[in-house]
Amino acid sequence: MSGRVLVGVKRVIDYAVKIRVKPDHTGVVTDGVKHSMNPFCEIAVEEAVKLKEKKLIKEVVAVSCGPQQVQETIRTALAMGADRGIHVEVSGKDYETLGPLQVSKILAALAKKEQADLIILGKQAIDDDCNQTGQMTAALLDWPQGTFASEVTLDADKLKVVREIDGGLETIKIKMPAVVTADLRLNTPRYATLPNIMKAKKKKIANVKPADLGVDVSSRLEVLKVDEPPQRQAGVKVETVDDLVGKLKEAGRI
Amino acid sequence: MALQAKLLRFSLALNRNLHKTVVCNKRHLSEKASSNPKASVSTENTDHVLYTEEHFALKASLRKIIDQEINPYVDKWEEEGQFPAHKIFKILGNAGFLGVNKPVEYGGLGLDFSYSLAVAEELGNINCGGIPMAIGVQSDMATPALARFGSAELKREFLQPTIMGDIVVCLGVSETGAGSDVASIKTKAVRKGDEFVINGGKMWTTNGTQADWMCLLANTSDGPPHKNKSLICLPMNLPGVHIARKIDKIGMRSSDTAEVFFDDVRVPCKNVIGQEGMGFTYQMLQFQEERLWGVANILTTMEKVVQETINYTRQRKIFNQPILHHQVVHFRLAELQTEIELLRSLLHRATALYIKGNDVTKLASMAKLKAGRLARELGDSCLQYWGGMGFTSDVLVSRFYRDSRLMSIGAGADEVMLSIICKYMDTLPKK
Repeated sequence: MSGRVLVGVKRVIDYAVKIRVKPDHTGVVTDGVKHSMNPFCEIAVEEAVKLKEKKLIKEVVAVSCGPQQVQETIRTALAMGADRGIHVEVSGKDYETLGPLQVSKILAALAKKEQADLIILGKQAIDDDCNQTGQMTAALLDWPQGTFASEVTLDADKLKVVREIDGGLETIKIKMPAVVTADLRLNTPRYATLPNIMKAKKKKIANVKPADLGVDVSSRLEVLKVDEPPQRQAGVKVETVDDLVGKLKEAGRI
Repeated sequence: MALQAKLLRFSLALNRNLHKTVVCNKRHLSEKASSNPKASVSTENTDHVLYTEEHFALKASLRKIIDQEINPYVDKWEEEGQFPAHKIFKILGNAGFLGVNKPVEYGGLGLDFSYSLAVAEELGNINCGGIPMAIGVQSDMATPALARFGSAELKREFLQPTIMGDIVVCLGVSETGAGSDVASIKTKAVRKGDEFVINGGKMWTTNGTQADWMCLLANTSDGPPHKNKSLICLPMNLPGVHIARKIDKIGMRSSDTAEVFFDDVRVPCKNVIGQEGMGFTYQMLQFQEERLWGVANILTTMEKVVQETINYTRQRKIFNQPILHHQVVHFRLAELQTEIELLRSLLHRATALYIKGNDVTKLASMAKLKAGRLARELGDSCLQYWGGMGFTSDVLVSRFYRDSRLMSIGAGADEVMLSIICKYMDTLPKK
């Protein structure tokens, strides 16, 4: 057991920003818009740092895929307590089409290279809401997965994960190495304190290209068009259930 | 049957989406409150004249604390006339924001003043003036002299816990009979053995009703008024210290301001900061940081007010078009924004010189003078464009109008700033 945990952090548009669709409908406006670490990734970092503070693991490595700016996101993870960072350089068109499949291939390759015992990711990113990367990474590595984790307990080489599912909570026991994805109630991320922000300056961020990991980042998907959700139309009030059924039939809904 | 099945599936899908959004909103409690997401900031990141990546990381972290621990409660605290200083200062102290430019041995970060200013600027995102002012007293107004000139023992007893946020400090300089004329304060500290016996009183003491200690300026000898004063670390729980009243003010309402009396208060002589008799000089030095800090703080708030005014006037219509479309409105806001940028440039220039060890008294005084006057102009102009709504207590612009009026009065009135500038311009009548 290397005691090493890999945490994936994604740079996304800040949750408070009003998203605007680009005039050419190819995507959303990102230039000059405030970005921050995906909130679920923050929770993932916090969990990893907590495990290190409990001395259950030895090293936390923060990973992010993207252009130069993702280094900011990695630095935030370092300021929260991660030990070092890995910046996987992906830019331009490749970055625009980067999705869960490519990222999970990258993470799988890194996990093998770094001999990680555990990968903790956010359950999904707030920009694409895919909720796929964790699951795909586990599948590629053929590792067990504990997704939507609201509680994680480490015991030697086993993990007890309490998962949030539709019907309630499910508790599973999985063997490490494993992939865990963080859900909202797993923890409350700490504020990066000023001393840690300054210390983070000295921590190392390694640069690596997807090709170095043997990963092809070309996408199998093509975005045809991006639109704003339709404006919500006014509703219609009806007097009786018969009226309701009548109206639904008229609208071709039933 | 089919209808039921379809409705069931539909409601399940709806619930799932609702669940997702509800879950997201729960975490970010102030999503509605934190009004306008950035338009101007991100572009400045790379080529800022004063700030580095660390400054911005610091601001982002502080912003989170403001959004989660402070802004959701501001309206309540404004109404109550007080905010929980010990609680908020402890949160800030834990995160390292109260001792940014203070010595590392006492829990500070030993960074230069540009970092303190980054904190001051970020605090301008708080939706009132009272709380940043109170934080400023704790972090940058009552402690510079102690940090620079105090004995190791005094620093351990007072500076360290203040930086940690464990104790609250207030600054005792102004009196009922002496504000602008600091040299004419009457509070006396008479030496009796190895103690000072203090009699007198202080006025306009921010944090006064909650403070654990006061950085007190008192007359410690009979001599020329600029050479007979000392700064003393005074515990507020000593017998003889009376908090006479909490002052009811038109603005800065969430900050408690006290009138304090001293009735034969005994304090050890070792509580004097630095050299006896140097108090006036030390206080004048403290004022420079206080003034720059105030300017940095109010700049962010002014920008916020302009932005909120743009948002409001964009959606509010008069005569069939948004108020913002009327030229006088968008032109006036452009004028105000221009003045904000000019003031910001002056502030950054003064700071850059200050951290290199220069005396920036003239520039700091100019910046403070301009900040006070611009805030009044801006508050007044923006409030006008809010119409009737601007006159209500529910909006930020009216609170800013009240809070910012203090800028031209406290920490050195406009007229005092003008005197200082004239001194440097050598235009004052010779005695």
